[in-house]
Amino acid sequence: MSQRHPVLTMTAISKHFPGVRALDGVDFRLFPGEVHALMGENGAGKSTLIKVLTGVYGTDAGTITLDGTQVSFTGPMQAAAAGVSTVYQEVNLCTNLSVAENIFIGREPRRGGAINWRQMRRQAQEALARLDLHIDVSELLGSYSLAVQQMVAIARAVDVQARVLILDEPTSSLDADEVAQLLRIMRQLRDQGIAILFVTHFLDQVYGIADRITVLRNGRLVGEYLTADLPQLALVEKMIGKELDALEQLDSEAGKDPARVAEGSPLVEADGLGRSGAVAPFSLTIHAGEVVGMAGLLGSGRTEVARLFFGADRADKGQLVVDGKPVAIRNPIAAIDRDIAFCSENRRTEGLIGELSVRENIILAMQAARGWLRPVPRRKQDELVQRWIEALSIRPADPERPVRNLSGGNQQKVLLARWLITEPRLLILDEPTRGIDIGAKTEIQRLVAQLSDGGMAVLFISAELEEVLRLSHKVAVMRDRQLVAQLTNDESLDADRVMRAIASGARQEGLEKA
Amino acid sequence: MTTTPLAVRADRAWWRVPQRHVPVLATFVLLLVMYGVGVAQYRAFSNIQVIFNIFIDNGFLLVVAVGMTFVILTGGIDLSVGSVVAMTAMVSASLLRDGMNPALVLVIALLIGPVLGFAMGCVIHYFDIQPFIVTLAGMFFARGMCTWISSTSIPITDGFWTSAAQERIRLGENFVSVSVLIALAVVAVAAFALAYTRLGRNVYAIGGNPQSALLMGLPVGRTKIAVYTISGLCSAIGGILLSFYTLSGAPLIAIGMELDVIAAVVIGGTLLTGGSGYVFGTVLGVLVLGVIQTLITFDGSLSSWWTKIVIGALLFAFILLQRLVGIRKK
Repeated sequence: MSQRHPVLTMTAISKHFPGVRALDGVDFRLFPGEVHALMGENGAGKSTLIKVLTGVYGTDAGTITLDGTQVSFTGPMQAAAAGVSTVYQEVNLCTNLSVAENIFIGREPRRGGAINWRQMRRQAQEALARLDLHIDVSELLGSYSLAVQQMVAIARAVDVQARVLILDEPTSSLDADEVAQLLRIMRQLRDQGIAILFVTHFLDQVYGIADRITVLRNGRLVGEYLTADLPQLALVEKMIGKELDALEQLDSEAGKDPARVAEGSPLVEADGLGRSGAVAPFSLTIHAGEVVGMAGLLGSGRTEVARLFFGADRADKGQLVVDGKPVAIRNPIAAIDRDIAFCSENRRTEGLIGELSVRENIILAMQAARGWLRPVPRRKQDELVQRWIEALSIRPADPERPVRNLSGGNQQKVLLARWLITEPRLLILDEPTRGIDIGAKTEIQRLVAQLSDGGMAVLFISAELEEVLRLSHKVAVMRDRQLVAQLTNDESLDADRVMRAIASGARQEGLEKA
Repeated sequence: MTTTPLAVRADRAWWRVPQRHVPVLATFVLLLVMYGVGVAQYRAFSNIQVIFNIFIDNGFLLVVAVGMTFVILTGGIDLSVGSVVAMTAMVSASLLRDGMNPALVLVIALLIGPVLGFAMGCVIHYFDIQPFIVTLAGMFFARGMCTWISSTSIPITDGFWTSAAQERIRLGENFVSVSVLIALAVVAVAAFALAYTRLGRNVYAIGGNPQSALLMGLPVGRTKIAVYTISGLCSAIGGILLSFYTLSGAPLIAIGMELDVIAAVVIGGTLLTGGSGYVFGTVLGVLVLGVIQTLITFDGSLSSWWTKIVIGALLFAFILLQRLVGIRKK
């Protein structure tokens, strides 16, 4: 093993942005035929390192060597041509083009100057078949699910004879089966000798596939380790840089008592609420101070339920009852009027406005609730924003920085702050911890527990069962756009039982329909 | 039954139209209906020469609309086309009046549009300025140049021009003009370029998602500049065709033409946001405008402003249609 040479070496890489030292003397290397996990909290510099490597950003200092020759790519295309391909977290393809084109655009097979569509479709079919994906490649990419789009992105990346494949959080929007398939593909590619740089927040996946781990923290290199030599807990400590038993602590802190919160009349009650094509009619009650967890696979209808509560989609069946009175929530403004807040899953596209500052983003919902004719005084804005930046430890703690310059976890906190400032009685959180690091995740989980202790009702949607179980008083299980079970979170409830409910929902549909 | 996670879409039945073809098909049906109305109302309407005349009268519009299709497919807009058409005609007319060799005049006139288009494309790309405002500036500039050349109309008496204008290419009992052949050639080249060249596919990619196009390593800047250059070239060709048609250069001709062109492209099913549309649709869009004009001419009692009213209504209808198709897709 010691004979092998790294295919890629990055030495003493530094990169500054105005006011931020994104990378500071970072070393990194990749060996052929290995999966190398790049780990770190949000803002550790993982994304920046990848962008420097692929030429999206230039470096301030340091060298990059590919196969022994120093390189400096001017952009992703040049990097790809040299064998360094990237698949980004958000699928960066064109949904208005066909699947085949998305794989080949920029290097289409041509005959006599004209694109040879037939050959392109055939090659696309073959490329996808190698990933075990059999779809109509002449269909528009946009007509397929996000998971398929991700696979297409990988097919595009490996089809350019890649020697280095960079996967930047490819699994964050996939469900368990799809993740398993992706990991299988990664092993297959690794066995072909491709060096894979894998960025993810899922520790299970890292330990399931990575051979080597490099940890970054605050733009600095913490170290490079063989996965076998680094226990999971040690990895987490290195990422966070402090002893972290906060998660365990949280379990005891929360002091869940399902009986306590279920007393009295419910704050919000869905009575046969449904929307054809989105969610089958369901009934669900949420009490003040109660955390209702929403479990289920991707696409099972979790988000759709949340959108009905918030009026983002209009229900065509059933009734919503707030404070014991039937109400028609036709749009988000009606929901906000009744103190319902909703942090959406897609913080970039549906929640935050990247160009506006942290302050402006936080104030937005409050200002909307007051109406535009009564601006929130600047002094009060500053005061509130400062308080929430501190309370949620938003980094960097600069209210005037544009939100798009913040890391994912901090963006999520800004979104949370925006709604918490309006003092909602029901807070709907859709995947609040997706794609953010463990430190920020813990903080958000602790915050949810605190809020519910303070009497706020929370509808907590997450793909991570552990997290749902840790926080919820009651777990609602979704399956195939139906609410199939409601489980009280007492001692007897564990991940196994929830998973059984998710799995059995379909088989015994008739029996378990809630 | 086990459901595979990566569900494969069921094979589409042969008669189901892909959603992306719906707008073009709608335009085609509309065209047939309007033509049917014309034939039913007026006996002379069924003469095939009516269709040829629509091409003869709108050849220059068609060429300019083809260029605009490229621009709109990238999600941009080019407001300068009408002025560039006028400027090309003016420059040709004034140079011919001064006795310059017609071949040389043709070369110079055909260079003006692309050069201006290239310049506007560069400003749009390198300074990251809205195409709307850059081409608005181009529009004023080119229109100003027209009146600077001459504040009055300049007639063209050159032999080459007059023969090109009067040449009738016989097709059986009917005929078309040289302009029609040139316009159809431009359409064919453009359709090929969009469907079968990398430049064409990059145009669609940029219109679909410029950020992705950049990350996929496509030459976004080069392509953007190229589409404005192409639009400029098409405007220049359109200007030459217009000067064939009117045998003059007039400083105030083709005012507001850019809006007719945009209307034709949109009615032809091209999304104003970019990424979806076909040159064939643009041909249909121009024909729709032509048939409306012809219907109103045949009627004789309606004012020509009815053309604008109908186009306005159609434009509304088609934008709504695009929206509905887009919503259904989600």
